[in-house]
Amino acid sequence: MSGTSINKRRIAIAVARKDLTIEWNSRILVNQVAPFAAIVMVLFAFALDNDGILQRVAPGLVWLATLFSMLVVIQRSFTVESADGALDALRVAGVDMGAIFVGKAVALMVQLFVLELMLVATAVVLYGVEMTLTGFCEAIVTLVVATIGLGSVGTLYGGLAAGARGRETLLPLLLLPVVAPVLIGATRATEAAFGSGGTTVSEGWPWIGLLLVFAVLFCAVGTVAFGPLVDE
Amino acid sequence: MKHASFIFGSWGLTAVSVAVYAVWVIRRGRELAKHATREEMPWT
Amino acid sequence: MAGQSGTGTSATRRLGVLVILMLATLALCGLWFSAEDVVQGSTVRIMYVHVPSIWTAYIAFGLTALCSAVYLSGKNRSLAWDRVAGASGEIGVLFVAVSLVTGSMWGRLTWGTYWVWDARLTSTAFLFITYVGYLAVRQLGGTHRQRARRSSVLALLAILEIPLVHFSVTLWRSLHQEASVANPNAKVALDGLMLFSLFLGLIAFTMLFVWLVLHRQRAMMLEDAFSDRGLDVAIAARRNEAGA
Repeated sequence: MSGTSINKRRIAIAVARKDLTIEWNSRILVNQVAPFAAIVMVLFAFALDNDGILQRVAPGLVWLATLFSMLVVIQRSFTVESADGALDALRVAGVDMGAIFVGKAVALMVQLFVLELMLVATAVVLYGVEMTLTGFCEAIVTLVVATIGLGSVGTLYGGLAAGARGRETLLPLLLLPVVAPVLIGATRATEAAFGSGGTTVSEGWPWIGLLLVFAVLFCAVGTVAFGPLVDE
Repeated sequence: MKHASFIFGSWGLTAVSVAVYAVWVIRRGRELAKHATREEMPWT
Repeated sequence: MAGQSGTGTSATRRLGVLVILMLATLALCGLWFSAEDVVQGSTVRIMYVHVPSIWTAYIAFGLTALCSAVYLSGKNRSLAWDRVAGASGEIGVLFVAVSLVTGSMWGRLTWGTYWVWDARLTSTAFLFITYVGYLAVRQLGGTHRQRARRSSVLALLAILEIPLVHFSVTLWRSLHQEASVANPNAKVALDGLMLFSLFLGLIAFTMLFVWLVLHRQRAMMLEDAFSDRGLDVAIAARRNEAGA
């Protein structure tokens, strides 16, 4: 019964909806994570202390802040599971882990996307970024594609690092190396979108291609690997 | 030999790291083997 | 309880002696008898340990991936596959670390800096961190089968990620054309004895690797057996409490 694709889709939607409802009700993203990310952006300005440099590296800072904040969001995504043992209950009941993966990944993607929009807006304000219309479109595309990749790989490793005590600290060590291609690609594409350092908008599209490869790869791999990796 | 310190340093580091690890593995094996039964050690 | 000496057998002892002899020969050839390089001078001598180290690391991680794939491929595969994967991973981390440091020292002499952000070095640093993570996951606890499954999936993920990271980093560095001065691909023209030393190094380190894996995975077998035994003892004790 849990094998049919309609059921899988329903499970995924249910899981995604549950995660997003929990987030909507608790507003952790807006109340805690976004301010954290904003503080990180401000601290970057303190550390780098140079308007020209800040504008030049703004894309990198946006994505660094995203990656650091993402760790918190992922851990939260799985804390809500282990609190009630909900994930274990679902697994024992024979629910398809791939569907659960998709549901959680989609919820994570939505939250990350919202966060990234806020960070881009913050960069425009704090770092004096100016975008053309095509640049803005490119930025949005970059955000979407990068987020799909981050959401997939984040859910995969988040599941592994969740659960037993003493594991959460494992998430940065495991996840941050893996998302290096996203950081590289997204930063270069965002540089093109922002026009930092004289980059033209057209230079960003190949990097978006890299992000797409990453996203497709980890969506596919994640769906298959999540079950075995998380199985206890 | 020019840069002797770097060269001997590299070789020395390699040798020492590997030796320390090898000694650790062997000693660990010996400590464990002290309490092991024959079935648990199929290579004997 | 037999008082066996350890994880060694006569075969491993012979292998060990052979390895030591080869390494001694390597030292003589690499540090003394072989000529200096025309371009690099004496710094090429570092290569005789640096190249075999990274080579051994690649073999080690390849073996980890292979054993992980085998373990996952069938139902009820022997845990020995997982143990070899783990031992190999551990040794791989050791050799990547060594190669990063020796490479850095070579770089200091050749380029003047301990580190350059070129594609290969950066990817190697990632390789190191990735497998440090692999080792950390192996320590997470749980049953042996859980550890085996988790680590095996992770090892296969690593095989996927490493090329992707390397590709991304290469693309990244291609933006900053800086080939000539800090070129790690600088071809070294090796004459007879130098080439021999390099190959000797590769062979010696490979055999060293085999020796290390054999001992390490046997020690792991004992560790697993002991934790099983500890569990059996605990269960028996619980039963006795309940019964008595």
